[in-house]
Amino acid sequence: MGSRSFSATVTNRGGELSSLDESLPEPTGAEVLPGESVRTSEVMSSLDHHEKGIPTSDAGLGMTIFDCQDVEVFYGSHQAIRDVSLSFGLREVTALIGPSGCGKSTFLRCLNRMNDLIPGAKVGGHVIYHGQDLYAPEIDPVQVRKRIGMVFQKPNPFPKSIYDNVAFGPRVVGMEGDMDEIVERALVRGALWEEVKDRLDENAFGMSGGQQQRLCIARALATDPDVLLMDEPCSALDPISTGRIEDLMSELKERISIVIVTHNMQQAARVSDKTAFFNVELAADEKSRTGVVVEYDATETIFTNPSDKRTEDYVTGKFG
Amino acid sequence: MTPVTSTERERVRTDLVRARSARSAREGLIKGILVLAALLSIATTTAIVFTLLQQTLSFFGTVSPWDYFTGTKWTPLLAGDQQSFGVLPLLWGTFYLTGIGLLVAIPCGLLAAIYLSEFAKPRVRKAVKPILELLAGMPTIIFGYFALTFVTPTILRGLFGIPVNQFNGLSAGLVLGILVIPTIASVSEDAMRSVPSSLREGAYGLGAGRLQVALRVVFPAALSGIVAALILGASRAVGETVIILIAGGQEPSMTLNPTQSFQSMASFIAATARGDIPQNTLKYETIFVVGFTLFCVTLLLNGISAKVVGRFRQVYE
Repeated sequence: MGSRSFSATVTNRGGELSSLDESLPEPTGAEVLPGESVRTSEVMSSLDHHEKGIPTSDAGLGMTIFDCQDVEVFYGSHQAIRDVSLSFGLREVTALIGPSGCGKSTFLRCLNRMNDLIPGAKVGGHVIYHGQDLYAPEIDPVQVRKRIGMVFQKPNPFPKSIYDNVAFGPRVVGMEGDMDEIVERALVRGALWEEVKDRLDENAFGMSGGQQQRLCIARALATDPDVLLMDEPCSALDPISTGRIEDLMSELKERISIVIVTHNMQQAARVSDKTAFFNVELAADEKSRTGVVVEYDATETIFTNPSDKRTEDYVTGKFG
Repeated sequence: MTPVTSTERERVRTDLVRARSARSAREGLIKGILVLAALLSIATTTAIVFTLLQQTLSFFGTVSPWDYFTGTKWTPLLAGDQQSFGVLPLLWGTFYLTGIGLLVAIPCGLLAAIYLSEFAKPRVRKAVKPILELLAGMPTIIFGYFALTFVTPTILRGLFGIPVNQFNGLSAGLVLGILVIPTIASVSEDAMRSVPSSLREGAYGLGAGRLQVALRVVFPAALSGIVAALILGASRAVGETVIILIAGGQEPSMTLNPTQSFQSMASFIAATARGDIPQNTLKYETIFVVGFTLFCVTLLLNGISAKVVGRFRQVYE
C-alpha cells in the first residue's frame, strides 16, 4: 500500500503509469512531476510588482504559482502528510478533496506558513512560490502571509466594524493610498459592496453567515494577494450563500490563483480546474494515519475518468 | 408484528409513574437545600445592610448629611469644637491611594496578561498562572509590613531619596498596586485567552505580526473582560484595609502630597473599631456610617462593572 500510493503521488499525471509503478518496492525519493513543471523564463509583467518583498529566481516562474516538492508535516512525532508533490497553475482554481483527516487542510496551511503557528508542527520539503522556497531560512513568514491570503472554514470576522475588518490587512501591512478606496475596492471584489455600503460602521457580527464569509474574502483581498487559500469556505453556509461564493471564485480567478479545500465534491467539480485527491494511509501498526496524494489531474478527469480505484470510489461516494 | 397487550401497557405505565414519584421526592429535597443555601447568603447581606442603615440613620439624626458629605475635616474622635464629621478626607484618601495603586497595577497587570496570553510558551504560562493566583490570595497583612518595613525605608527613602513620612500614602499606594496586579493580570489573561483562536488565525493570515495580533485583535476583542478586571482590581483596592492601616498612617488628609500620611474609609473603620469606644454613642455610629458609605461605593463600582461587561460583551459562538 505504501509504495503504491507513493508512486501514485508522484507519477499519476499520466494515468496508466500508476499500475506500472505498483511493483516498485520503495519510494525512490524526489521525482519531479512530469509535464507539470513548465519552467519558462518568461516573466509575466503583471507579476513584477510581486517581486519586491521576497527574493526570487527565474526558475519556476511562468504558468505555475506553487511548485511543492515532497512536502511533509509532522505534529510532534505524528506524520500528518508525506510526499506531497503538486504544482498549482497560475490563475487557476485547484481543489483539494479527500476524506476527513487526510491532511488537505494541513497541506493548505503549508502554502502560507500557517502551520508555523501550531506548536510542535514541523514542515519538510519545499514549497516553491514564484521561484522562491517559502521554507528557506531567510524567509519571513509574516511577509509570506501578506501575499498569500487565507479564508477559513468558519467565518471569522473581527469584532469590529465592517470597514475596520476590511481595512485591517492594509493597515497592518502599511499599504499606501486612500483607505476608503481600498476598502471599497475590496468589498466590490468580494461581491459585498452593494449590500453593506450604507452600513460600513456597523459591527460585522450583525451580518449573516454568508455575508460574514464574503467579508472575510474581501478582507483577504484588500491587501491585493496573488493567491487565495480557502479552507472549506462554504462548509458553514447555506446553498444560496455557497453559490454566491462559488460565483465569486470564478470572477476572482481572472486575477488570482485559488487553492480550495472542500468536502463537497460537487463544489470541487463546479469551481476547479484541477483537483488533487488526498487519502489517508494507515501505518503498518494501524495506529498512525498519514495523508498522501493519490491522484492529481484536471478536474474533469478526476471526476469522470480517474485512473486510481480509490479516487473512483471516493468521487462516486463509496467511501469518505 | 404482535400487538402490545393491555397488561403490558399497564405495567409500563405503573413503572413510569413510580419512577416519577421517587425522583420528584429526591429532587424536591435537593432543591430545598439549594434554596436554603441561597437564602442564607441573601439573609446575611440583608442583615448587614439593615444594621448599617439603622446606625447610619441614627447618625444622621445628629449630624446633617450635608455636613457629612461636604465637610473637609474628619475628626470624629475629638471632643467639643474640635469634633468634625466631614467624610471627604476619607473618600479622598481611599481614591487617591487607589489611584496610585492603579497607576502601578494597570500597566503591569495588562502587560503581564498580554505576555502570558499571547507570547509565553504554554510551559511558562502553566507555571506562572498559579503563582499569580497564589499572590492574589496572599494575606494583605504581609503586604502591609512589606510596605512599612521595606518599601518606605529601603526603596523610597534609600533608593530614591524621597523624604517620606514613616507612614505615607506613596508606599501604601504602591504596595496596594502590587496587591492588585495579580487580580488584573489573571482576570485579563482569562479574558484574552477566551478570544477564539480563529480570530488570531484570521489576523495572522492577513500578514499581522505577533504584537499586532495581540494589540489590534485580541486586546480589543477582550476589552469587556479587561475592563471588568480593572474595576475588580479597583474595588479590591478601595476595600483594602490592612495595608493602608499599617503603612499609610491614620491621618485623614486631603492633600496631593503622597509623602504625607493618609486614612481611607476601610482603615478608619479598622482603626476605630478596635479602640475602646462605648456602644450607642455618636463616635460608635461613625463606624457604621463610614461602612455604609464604603458599601455604596463598592456597590457602585460593581454596578458599573456589570454594566460595562454587558454593554461591550462580544458573544463568540
